Amino acid sequence: MSLQTKRLMRAAPGFAALVMAMSGRLALAADDKMNQLNMPVGVTDVGKSIYDLHMIILWICVVIGALVFGVMFYSIIYHRKSRGAKAASFHESTKVEIAWTVVPFVILIGMAVPATSTLIDIYDFDDAEMDILITGYQWKWKYEYLNEDGENVSFFSNMSTPQSEIYNTQTKNSNYLLEVDEPVVIPVGTKVRFLVTANDVIHSWWVPELAVKKDAIPGFINETWAMANEIGTYRGQCAELCGKDHGFMPVVVEVVSKEDYASWMSEKQAEAEEIKSLMAQNFSMDELMSRGKAVYQRACQACHGASGEGGVGTAIAGSDVATGEIAGHLNIGINGVPGSAMQAFGGQLNDVEMAAVITYQRNAFGNNMGDMVQPIDVFNHKKG
Amino acid sequence: MGDHAHGPAKGLSRWLFTTNHKDIGTMYLWFSFAMFILGGSFAMIIRAELFQPGMQLVEPGFFNQMTTLHGLVMVFGAIMPSFVGLANWMIPMMIGAPDMALPRMNNWSFWILPPAFLMLASTLFMEGGAPGFGWTFYAPLSTTYAPPSVTFFIFAIHILGLSSIMGSINIIATVMNMRAPGMSYMKMPLFVWTWLITAFLLVAVMPVLAGAVTMMLMDIHFGTSFFSAAGGGDPVLFQHIFWFFGHPEVYIIILPAFGVVSQIIPAFSRKPLFGYDSMVYATAAIAFLSFIVWAHHMYTVGMPIAGELFFMYATMLIAVPTGVKVFNWVTTMWRGSLSFETPMLFCVGFLILFTIGGFTGLMLSIAPADFQYHDSYFVVAHFHYVMVAGAVFSMSAAVYYWLPKWCGRMYNETMGKTHFWISFIGFNITFFPQHFVGLAGMPRRIPDYALQFADFNMMSSIGAFIYGASQILFLYNVVATIVSGKPVSDDKVWDGAEGLEWTVPTPAPYHTFEVPPKIDPAHAHT
Amino acid sequence: MTAQSSPGHEPYYVPEQSKMAVFATIGLVLSVFGAATGINDLTFGEPDQPASWTVMNIGLLVFIATLFIWFRMAIRENIAGMNSAQLKKSYVLGMFWFIFSEFMFFVAFFGALFYVRNLAGPWLGGEGDGGRMNGLLWEGFQFSWPMTQTPQEAVGGAGSQVIANNGSFTSARTSMAFAEASAWYAWLPLWNTIILLSSSVTVHIAHMGILDGDRRKFHKWLGLTVLLGVIFLSLQIAEYYEAYAHFGLTLNSGIYGSTFFMLTGFHGFHVLMGTTMLGIQLLRSMRGGHFTSDDHFGFEASSWYWHFVDVVWVFLFLFVYIL
Ligand code: HEA
Ligand code: HEA
Ligand code: HEC
Ligand code: CUA
Ligand SMILES: [Cu+2]
Repeated sequence: MSLQTKRLMRAAPGFAALVMAMSGRLALAADDKMNQLNMPVGVTDVGKSIYDLHMIILWICVVIGALVFGVMFYSIIYHRKSRGAKAASFHESTKVEIAWTVVPFVILIGMAVPATSTLIDIYDFDDAEMDILITGYQWKWKYEYLNEDGENVSFFSNMSTPQSEIYNTQTKNSNYLLEVDEPVVIPVGTKVRFLVTANDVIHSWWVPELAVKKDAIPGFINETWAMANEIGTYRGQCAELCGKDHGFMPVVVEVVSKEDYASWMSEKQAEAEEIKSLMAQNFSMDELMSRGKAVYQRACQACHGASGEGGVGTAIAGSDVATGEIAGHLNIGINGVPGSAMQAFGGQLNDVEMAAVITYQRNAFGNNMGDMVQPIDVFNHKKG
Repeated sequence: MGDHAHGPAKGLSRWLFTTNHKDIGTMYLWFSFAMFILGGSFAMIIRAELFQPGMQLVEPGFFNQMTTLHGLVMVFGAIMPSFVGLANWMIPMMIGAPDMALPRMNNWSFWILPPAFLMLASTLFMEGGAPGFGWTFYAPLSTTYAPPSVTFFIFAIHILGLSSIMGSINIIATVMNMRAPGMSYMKMPLFVWTWLITAFLLVAVMPVLAGAVTMMLMDIHFGTSFFSAAGGGDPVLFQHIFWFFGHPEVYIIILPAFGVVSQIIPAFSRKPLFGYDSMVYATAAIAFLSFIVWAHHMYTVGMPIAGELFFMYATMLIAVPTGVKVFNWVTTMWRGSLSFETPMLFCVGFLILFTIGGFTGLMLSIAPADFQYHDSYFVVAHFHYVMVAGAVFSMSAAVYYWLPKWCGRMYNETMGKTHFWISFIGFNITFFPQHFVGLAGMPRRIPDYALQFADFNMMSSIGAFIYGASQILFLYNVVATIVSGKPVSDDKVWDGAEGLEWTVPTPAPYHTFEVPPKIDPAHAHT
Repeated sequence: MTAQSSPGHEPYYVPEQSKMAVFATIGLVLSVFGAATGINDLTFGEPDQPASWTVMNIGLLVFIATLFIWFRMAIRENIAGMNSAQLKKSYVLGMFWFIFSEFMFFVAFFGALFYVRNLAGPWLGGEGDGGRMNGLLWEGFQFSWPMTQTPQEAVGGAGSQVIANNGSFTSARTSMAFAEASAWYAWLPLWNTIILLSSSVTVHIAHMGILDGDRRKFHKWLGLTVLLGVIFLSLQIAEYYEAYAHFGLTLNSGIYGSTFFMLTGFHGFHVLMGTTMLGIQLLRSMRGGHFTSDDHFGFEASSWYWHFVDVVWVFLFLFVYIL
């Protein structure tokens, strides 16, 4: 906290300069292609009808506003005391009061009709050609393809914007905060059903151009769907406050042609096959260590430090757990430590990765257990 | 009989032990202004961080704490107590009562507020930081995943609820029981009416909020499963309970503001309020509807379609009674004899900006469209239009309008008008662009944003500093008036003002209406 | 002052300055602060920190003492004839709306019960509009009420925080009896219902007593009411004991335990408050000779409260125990 205060204090003088520098930039904003004023029309039929609905209500409101403010400004200009206006004394009229109760009511009915039909369209989940299970994690998304041809295909999608861009030590690229390591891929012109849930807290899966926003509620599955009419990359963000890094869990959807989708899928299948075969394999120490190092750097290092010295998490170097029973170590890796930042990685890493990273932790950073964990051990541990 | 024909006691004990509605009102008003500054400072930190993309000033976790505390402090610390303060000052004077019905309890309602907020603010210094789960504190982020300080937050909410309930019981008893003879219900000033209905809302929903935080407490510390699917509960249950409180809460914020505007517009139009009766019925209708629309905050949680439709239709209906009010105000101005002193300026500002906020509210109520708007800055723009330009503007208007009566001195009109214009412009620079970024896809409650939102966010931040700075002018004007303003000689202060409060001397003596006034039966309403 | 007087209107009593509010605040804040730190120590480590609980207890003491003095003061003012009819009516209104707010507090918990039983529960079991796909998450979970197996247990989740009942609890309708006795007359809720309903009658007869100026009758029936309240509470303690000791039904056993204990627990707490209030009125009358046939609001307010507690019980009986 006091750190925050100090930072604020330090920033204050620089701030005034910033205001001046930046207001110069504002003038140049006009030709910025990315700049948008309105809701995107989107690339789905539903998106189009929501956009139309949005514009209809907007214009109705503008017209009513113009009328109301028009009357008001007429009074403000012409019924001023300083112009010598004398006050009338009327103070009720049942007729006009009924009129301005009934007319808005009728207008509302006019809005409710298209709104209802759009909503009914949105709630039509039937005839979806494929299902994708989307699970929100703090702070990443997991995608699982549920149909037969998608069996075994599941992956996490993490934000890939580097810290250096966020903390302003490097220029920001044009997809700043809206880029991920692995986007979810769907075929064009196909009705895709999204089953949305969460693993920890509530998240919300939002892609404006697909006109889809659905809350991911832990323990419940929500349905929604989209049928994209155009190939392209569509970006969105988590839309429900989900803790510290809520602002850093983007959604990227890659809409590709059906052919491209098929070949992407077979590639993914092959990958999955490979992992499957790896699962059954026994690895050498060297293999485990090199795989484990990679996993460690990707998944653990942020909290446990580059050389296991600890940080948000406890030190791995010399840790009682990492130099104790394998079972205990595996247990923490798989199930996490409830109530702490140490999550259950059992569902996020596959057995090969888990085996490798545990082995790595036991034999790196000066830990020297000399023992190995094989994928089958992880599998057995999970089975209990 | 108590001998109460004396002035206030001396020193601190006057404030600590008082039973006088004016003292208590004054304390509420100053307290709420202090909270406004505190909540505003949090908003300034938010806007400073959002000034440009990238993380500059604060860490993401701390940013969330700022957002959360900003919302909580503004809603529960600034707006609600400010209107309770106004009620304390004005209701007895408006209905010809000597004081509030239950004066000792009145004092207690106030005094539990400062420690509750102290406790809430102290969470900033606790291990794990302050609550960072938003002012709506959705479970399980606020239960299983909350920092330990959440327990203090929960108890603070309990105390705030207690304070509000006692305050509203007091207001209900005062209005129902303390009216001067002849002051029938349909003769009461609209401010009294709106507060009576607000008080009903408060007594009905604050206990529900207390229930919600109690369930949280049990889930966190005693192993219950209200908001956990694993144990058979449902995180969405929390949202239903919260919004059953939360939606009426936003009308609790705005109804007294409606009341204020309904007092001031006729005064500066020099013409009676148009459609008094329908104003009363519209207020009651809004209050009634507010109980059956809560799930419009939850269109995206996955309700069955029947639920979506019901809540959509019910929500849209609120536009009708609110429209009646807007039309009545405009018609009150129509063919009046208008003048634009500061209170009237703020009321006109209110009228325009609140209506715009109402329109965006109506847009949000359209469920399919809300799938795009929800949890974006469009919502942030909506509710600042109704809450800042609605509640805060009307509160500013009320202070300028009644300040001369309270302290017997006139504020500086030029400074007041300057305050209005800077506020009006600053406000719009701040919040109008938020509509655009929201529609373009910027989620709310994020400490950093994608590059296409940069320009409007910068604009918004600059506007926020302008609007914030204008409040310094306000504070200065009020203090200068109290200390050295030009004395007002006329009891009525404003030539168009109507109502019992203008019949007592200026400044209002410590005790008014020890003997009930006589209400002129011929007069339609005051 | 331009206001004119209207003859015949009773003067209104504005009380002197009062220190009560400040003391009550100190008490309240200390107890709440102590409780919050204490609970946190229990949950997040450092369990042996008696200081928090001491602070809480001191706070409660100050709070209760203040309320005692406060009420005593109000009563003395009334006896001294300082309260106008108008002020008395303010007290009446105050009590009425206070009870209304209490009612709304229960509405929150009943709402939770209805929502879970009729919507969330079935959805978790994969039924209905909202639950089409939940079977994916909770394979094998069947919704029933009482929920004897939580979704987490149904899927055998690891690291379960939920400790289920030990399987011997079947439903409130069949189980809530002394473990040794299984006859219908050993069913505690029935007895509690009878007790509470009759206590509403006895308190009414007591009221008639004071209206008639018959103090003996008043004491007799009011005393009986208090006694019934105490018996109710004892039975409820027995019921909780049975639930925890024999049925393994606890706060931790999923949503059924949560709603069951929170609803009946808060109700029980209100019975305790009501019994205390009525007991105090009894003492006031017996020791201090308070109340007359036309001025006994202290008693009347307590009896309203008692009737309110009774009404809540009827709903509880219906929705928690029977249905
Ligand atoms: C003072 C507070 C206040 C007020 C008065 C309102 C007024 C309204 N609000 Fe607002 N609202 C909030 C405070 C308020 N709101 C807050 C704080 C939130 C966000 C909470 C959070 O998530 O943190 C919110 C969010 C919110 C949402 C949820 C958005 C989302 O999260 O996705 C919705 C959706 O329906 C909504 C609707 C409305 C409607 C229909 C009104 C209506 O009452 C408006 C009625 C007024 C008019 C319509 C204008 C005048 C009428 C006419 C001139 C008549 C003719 C008009 C027509 C026929 C069109 N509001
Ligand atoms: C009535 C209530 C109220 C009021 C008055 C305000 C007032 C303001 N609000 Fe806020 N706001 C909320 C209620 C309110 N807000 C709520 C409920 C939320 C949602 C929270 C959540 O998501 O959980 C929210 C969220 C919210 C956000 C979104 C945060 C996010 O999603 O991350 C933003 C961002 O711009 C914002 C800005 C402001 C600003 C600039 C003001 C300004 O009007 C403030 C102006 C006041 C001052 C500045 C203080 C007084 C002046 C001084 C102290 C002088 C010194 C000033 C300077 C040096 C400039 N508010
Ligand atoms: C978001 C932060 C975070 C990440 C990422 C993380 N951990 Fe942890 N880890 C923690 C924290 C915090 C603890 C301390 C938990 C406690 O005991 O309270 C911990 C503790 C541990 C321990 C026990 C150490 C001891 O001595 O007690 C092990 C083993 C461990 N983590 C393994 C891993 C592995 C393997 C990974 C990656 C696959 C990982 N962690 C990633 C935060 C993290
Ligand atoms: Cu995930 Cu916000
Ligand atoms: Cu609402």
